[in-house]
Amino acid sequence: MTLLGQFALWAAFLLALWCAVVGFSGRWRGRPDLTTAVTRAVYGICAALLVAAASLWKGLLTHDFNIEYVWAYTSRNLPTYYVVSAFWAGQKGSLLFWAVVLSIFASAAQLLSSRRHAALLPYVAAVTSAVVAFFVSVMLFAANPFARMAVTPLDGRGLNPQLQNVGMTIHPPMLYLGYISITIPFAFAVAALLSRKLDTGWIHAIRKWTLVSWLVLGVGISLGMWWAFVELGWGGYWAWDPVENASLLPWLTMTAFLHSVMIQEKRGMLKRWNLGLIVGTFMLSIFGTFITRSGVIASVHSFTQSNVGYFFLAFLVIAGVFGFTLLYTRWPLLKPEVHLESVASREAAFLFNNLLFVGIAFSVLWGTLFPILSELVRGTKITVGPPFFNRVNVPLGLLLLALTGVGPLIAWRRASPANLRRQFTWPVGGAVLVLAALLGSGMRDFYAILSFTLAAFVAGTIIQEFFRGVRARRRMHGESVPIALGRLIARNRRRYGGYMVHVAILIYAVGFAGMAFKREREATLKPGQSIDIASPFGYTYRFTHVGISQYQVLNRIVSAATVQVARDGRPEGVMTSEKRQHFTVENGEKVPSFEPSTEVAIRSGLREDVYIVFAGPVNGTEEAVYRFTINPLVWWIWFGGFVLVFGGIVTMWPGDGTGAPGRARPAQAGYDVALVNTGAEP
Amino acid sequence: MKAGTKFLAGAALIVASVGFLIAEGVKETGVYFLTPTELASKTAADPTFYNVGLKMGAKVVPGSIRRDRATREIDFRVSDGTQSYPVRFRGLVPDTFTDASDIEVVVEGRLGRDGVFQATDVLAKCGSRYEAVAPKTTKA
Repeated sequence: MTLLGQFALWAAFLLALWCAVVGFSGRWRGRPDLTTAVTRAVYGICAALLVAAASLWKGLLTHDFNIEYVWAYTSRNLPTYYVVSAFWAGQKGSLLFWAVVLSIFASAAQLLSSRRHAALLPYVAAVTSAVVAFFVSVMLFAANPFARMAVTPLDGRGLNPQLQNVGMTIHPPMLYLGYISITIPFAFAVAALLSRKLDTGWIHAIRKWTLVSWLVLGVGISLGMWWAFVELGWGGYWAWDPVENASLLPWLTMTAFLHSVMIQEKRGMLKRWNLGLIVGTFMLSIFGTFITRSGVIASVHSFTQSNVGYFFLAFLVIAGVFGFTLLYTRWPLLKPEVHLESVASREAAFLFNNLLFVGIAFSVLWGTLFPILSELVRGTKITVGPPFFNRVNVPLGLLLLALTGVGPLIAWRRASPANLRRQFTWPVGGAVLVLAALLGSGMRDFYAILSFTLAAFVAGTIIQEFFRGVRARRRMHGESVPIALGRLIARNRRRYGGYMVHVAILIYAVGFAGMAFKREREATLKPGQSIDIASPFGYTYRFTHVGISQYQVLNRIVSAATVQVARDGRPEGVMTSEKRQHFTVENGEKVPSFEPSTEVAIRSGLREDVYIVFAGPVNGTEEAVYRFTINPLVWWIWFGGFVLVFGGIVTMWPGDGTGAPGRARPAQAGYDVALVNTGAEP
Repeated sequence: MKAGTKFLAGAALIVASVGFLIAEGVKETGVYFLTPTELASKTAADPTFYNVGLKMGAKVVPGSIRRDRATREIDFRVSDGTQSYPVRFRGLVPDTFTDASDIEVVVEGRLGRDGVFQATDVLAKCGSRYEAVAPKTTKA
């Protein structure tokens, strides 16, 4: 089977090279046969890579430990579910996963794109094939998943227990899907530049793609936070680790793009900026892969350090030079159709929003690269950690949160005082009330207060939008409230889906602010001993150590420590945290296969999560070392993730509901501007 | 003032704030990341370098770990092959911090005048056991 897989990789590689060369050459113009051949080559690459994927999966499922990859990431006692997901658990397999998925996306782009964009498609095929060729070449020349070993071990080494978690089987592929799908918008942008068809056509062609990759990447990041929280046991979900930052960067620039693209659609501005954002986002996705796989920056995410990273660095440089040179040569074709009329306008709000997103992305990039930069410039490595990222990004993020409330409501072109009064009186009033309530309740953390107040302001603007929309429908059509609400959303999916995403963002903001009130204590307890922790909501938790038990499950030995929990004197049951030692069986003896791992005990609530980590027994006795954490409002972050997905799906739901924002209420001040403008300034 | 000018002023304000926040952040929170050898030469050259917050990346000297579970204190030595330092940490170490022979750690804290590194945080990465070199790889 590995021979077949190997052959399939070579077939995909050669086909992709051919497709890229012919596609970029432009020789297919006026030659329908060649145009068809290019499209078919894209499908052919996809078929070949699917064959390669099937052979790797077959090797995994049949426990063919002669294949190095199978030996390195699975074992006989590994549950089948994880054997399947081991496909993307390691470097080599994930490269194949990447190539396969990209080829599927590339085929989908050819199949699903409207005929209106036919002139772009061969160029799109060229770009996607070039990227596929790159990934396959990394496998063929540096990290072959089908590499065999001289001997066949009896059993494999097994999968790292921290990866034996449902979230961890979904989180990496989600991130990959997000990263990979960015290639399609990039391909369309390059196609538009190459063909000089720089109207809004290419933007319409990629609207859904950017939304999908943005959403999938967001889900991947959220799952990563959840996994870190429930699995790693340090009581947090975001550590500003280089690899985490690398996934956040393209998400930030893509979020900026999703906003600025509306300005281009509506007003014909920001054409250069948008192309720059797409090229930049693609580069950041490759940069993320480079960081993750090269080990140039110390990270707790331990993909092996290998020369694979330098393939990515080379590719990054080539893609960047190519993308920006192309953009430069088309610069004069990308003149804006109109100019900004007033800073009190939606255009300006969106421009500031974009600057903030890019500013945040830049600061994250800077902080991530700082150890390398400082070593280059000053000869000593200086690192910055979470304090740096929080210091820089909390103020910028809060400013952005404020704009989340302003942007969607302020009028296009020029907001009149009447428009501002009409849109912002109630939300600002609500925010002031919330501020007063917070101060009254004795809260003194500056940023937390600001977060909650701004979140209230944004919530106010969104509630007002829904309220007014429903009221208008009730007046015009005499509908009941639920029907009016349903139709309001269904008929303006892009707009109201967008509001739901904003709701998700402000839920996140509230959840993040909650971390300012985290309480934590470590303790060593004998059975029967207890410890008290006061929570930020004013409860007192009492944790009483009950005892430790040991037993064996599947491929692991478990030490479980049980704690009795009481809140304000009322018993709330027991919680159990585990230390697990995974093992393999060699010559009939159990051999530890990885370092021990922790199973955190979490009791989640709307207000706070009780989070218990059992750090181990004291010298084999029943005395236990614990860390108890009260994590306020964490639940809201996971809930925000669901709202994000729901809003995202509403936004991109196919059909006629994807009208541009604002179309539903042309009567509102500033909404009914002529879309094609002459650019005259008042 | 024209709208474009006003916008540029706003944009400049944002860009300047981002720049200021980054510069301030680096100045206030940036810490040296040194190997034991680099740390030794720093302290030799500049005695005020003791008790300065920094990170040190090194390997744990095998067999040097002494844990007192009851008080949650851990003592161990780190080394880069040339220079070595004793480290003291009170708290819970991550699961990846084991007695295995070649764990890489990053310790954050400060070097006391007594030559003991007082760590406030210990990160451990087990480089070799996830990705050991396969017995002998041949091409498929």
